[in-house]
Amino acid sequence: MKTFVYIDHFKGNVQPASWEALGLAKSFGNAVALIFGVGVDEVAKAAVEYGADEVLVVDDALLAEYRAEVYASTLSALASSQSPNLILFPTTARTRELAAMTAIDLNTGVLTDVSGLEANGDSFVATRPIYEGKLLERTVCSGKPVLATIRGRAFAKPERVEGKSGTITKVAAAGEAKSTVEGYGASEGAVNLGDAAVIVSGGRGVSNNPSLTPPAGMDEKQAEIWRAQQGFALITDLAQLLGGAVGASRAAVDGGYIPYAHQVGQTGKVVAPDLYIACGISGAIQHLVGMRNAKVIVAINKDADAPIFKQARYGVVGDLFAIVPALTEAMKKKLGK
Amino acid sequence: MKIIACIKQVPDSEAKVKAEGGQVSWGDAPLVINPFDEYAVEGALQQKEALNGSVTALCIGPESAKEALKHALAMGADEAILVSDPALNDLDTAGAAKVLAAAIKKIGDADMVIFGRQTLDNGAGLTPAQTARVLGLPMLGLAGSIKVEGGSVTVERVLEEGRQIMNANLPAVLSVVQGIGEPRYPSFMGIRKASKATIPVWSLADLGMEAPAAIVTRSELVNPPAQETSIEMITGETPAEIAEKLADKIIAEKVL
Ligand SMILES: Cc1cc2nc3c(=O)[nH]c(=O)nc-3n(C[C@H](O)[C@H](O)[C@H](O)COP(=O)(O)OP(=O)(O)OC[C@H]3O[C@@H](n4cnc5c(N)ncnc54)[C@H](O)[C@@H]3O)c2cc1C
Ligand SMILES: Nc1ncnc2c1ncn2[C@@H]1O[C@H](COP(=O)(O)O)[C@@H](O)[C@H]1O
Repeated sequence: MKTFVYIDHFKGNVQPASWEALGLAKSFGNAVALIFGVGVDEVAKAAVEYGADEVLVVDDALLAEYRAEVYASTLSALASSQSPNLILFPTTARTRELAAMTAIDLNTGVLTDVSGLEANGDSFVATRPIYEGKLLERTVCSGKPVLATIRGRAFAKPERVEGKSGTITKVAAAGEAKSTVEGYGASEGAVNLGDAAVIVSGGRGVSNNPSLTPPAGMDEKQAEIWRAQQGFALITDLAQLLGGAVGASRAAVDGGYIPYAHQVGQTGKVVAPDLYIACGISGAIQHLVGMRNAKVIVAINKDADAPIFKQARYGVVGDLFAIVPALTEAMKKKLGK
Repeated sequence: MKIIACIKQVPDSEAKVKAEGGQVSWGDAPLVINPFDEYAVEGALQQKEALNGSVTALCIGPESAKEALKHALAMGADEAILVSDPALNDLDTAGAAKVLAAAIKKIGDADMVIFGRQTLDNGAGLTPAQTARVLGLPMLGLAGSIKVEGGSVTVERVLEEGRQIMNANLPAVLSVVQGIGEPRYPSFMGIRKASKATIPVWSLADLGMEAPAAIVTRSELVNPPAQETSIEMITGETPAEIAEKLADKIIAEKVL
């Protein structure tokens, strides 16, 4: 059994679920890591250390920036010549496109965002959420190879053995690009909600602190955003202390409090951290579908009747502006930080 | 500027969806336009207004999916086309892409084809890129903004790492995200126009193709394990006291 594992990275920063995919591939047999891009030696070395049996590097100027068409042609050509049984990807914005196009080229199918994958003879059965996670389906792909994108944190990450050596082979790119990358927008900072073990999220409630006096000269909307930023600063402190990421409800994003990349929920990211702390979030169904698979949910809300309390393991009825900083202090003490 | 918006009809997000006898059931919850595809229609209408173009809404679905197309018409789309055929009940995303590609060719002369980012029911998020691949057109996915100039289109893609600015020549396939702007509400005039509109229905024969065989198929449907949600409320005299107790509980969960 031979599996290709596509190591997804942005300028050398690897999406951690790539390594989880590599671990899964090894449980089926031979794991070949694929790394596309320019100057990716460090990534290739890491792939060896995470246990790849073989590493194929396509270091080609054509692949300097991710562009779906030429990445897909390159992957399709490699799969045609080496006939893997399975191609695994971490689920990211890039890999959904890449897997989608590669499947068309190879006349096969993609199982997306899978949380379980079992070998069944020379085929595979995947478990994946549908209807926003309200149901799970088991699904199979009759084509060859089977393509699957795996959900972050659903499979164990293999141990990294520093200094391990292995074969790294360079291969050529194939195909042509159909677009150009003109640059990157003002950095919103890497927001990797999908891989975060801890997420502290804020909702509309983060702007609700009447006792804060905004700087003079702000109109009402600016004052609201300013207040929300004070609220998110408290949330960020707690998230950083716990080594986690900052999430948000759609109301917070639509209010202009925080960029869209932080949004959790139906039209944002679906996450499954070990700990999710919801601050000033009411718990609308569209938010819940994005976070209810967290292992432990903590809700902090002024309103004892807020629906978020129906999903939470621990609840505090109170003002987030008082509770969140107090929790940060208590955690600092107890964790000895 | 001729723009096609691809939309699907799905059970409403508030629906209580269950597995019943191996089938998906959503009780009497209404079927609606896929919420992500409302953004596709909104994005298409913005470009139509900026560029003096037209918008065609395109859907594969049963006869009842005309309601979703009517929503797009009421928002301001100029025309709507339903592809419907009993042989299309078990489409996978690649199959949908092949049928959409055939319909897009039959409509003809499209400068931009705009998709939602994923469906609420299947949630694959594959169809846009697969349609682009079948058509051999460039794919600009997850656009939070769209700007057409001359014969090319520039988008800001919303990725995990932030915004990536990408450009391609027209015609091109796009998918959009929420940042494109809130979908407009259907106007009174729009609703009247939509209720009177006749929506052409194309069969596979009209597209000159056979039903694509499904490569990805469901073997079983499972209700997710019931989550135990016994909540413990943490109370105390002061925020510090509450925080103290809550911190102990969190640490005892061993999730840090
Ligand atoms: C198609 C569609 C898609 C959607 N997708 C998403 C999505 O992806 N993600 C998402 O989150 N939403 C989504 N929504 C929106 C969703 O329905 C809710 O409107 C949204 O989640 C509400 O956000 P919120 O809880 O922050 O705000 P609100 O519902 O306004 O709740 C604010 C909460 O803060 C509490 N509060 C106020 N002040 C304080 C304070 N000082 N301390 C503590 N608590 C306080 C209040 O009691 C209240 O419960 C979607 C809606 C639709 C129709
Ligand atoms: N049956 C369909 N008819 C028209 N468009 C569709 C259909 N299915 C999917 N799409 C489009 O493809 C996008 C992604 O769908 P999916 O790959 O199923 O998540 C949707 O947001 C729609 O824009």
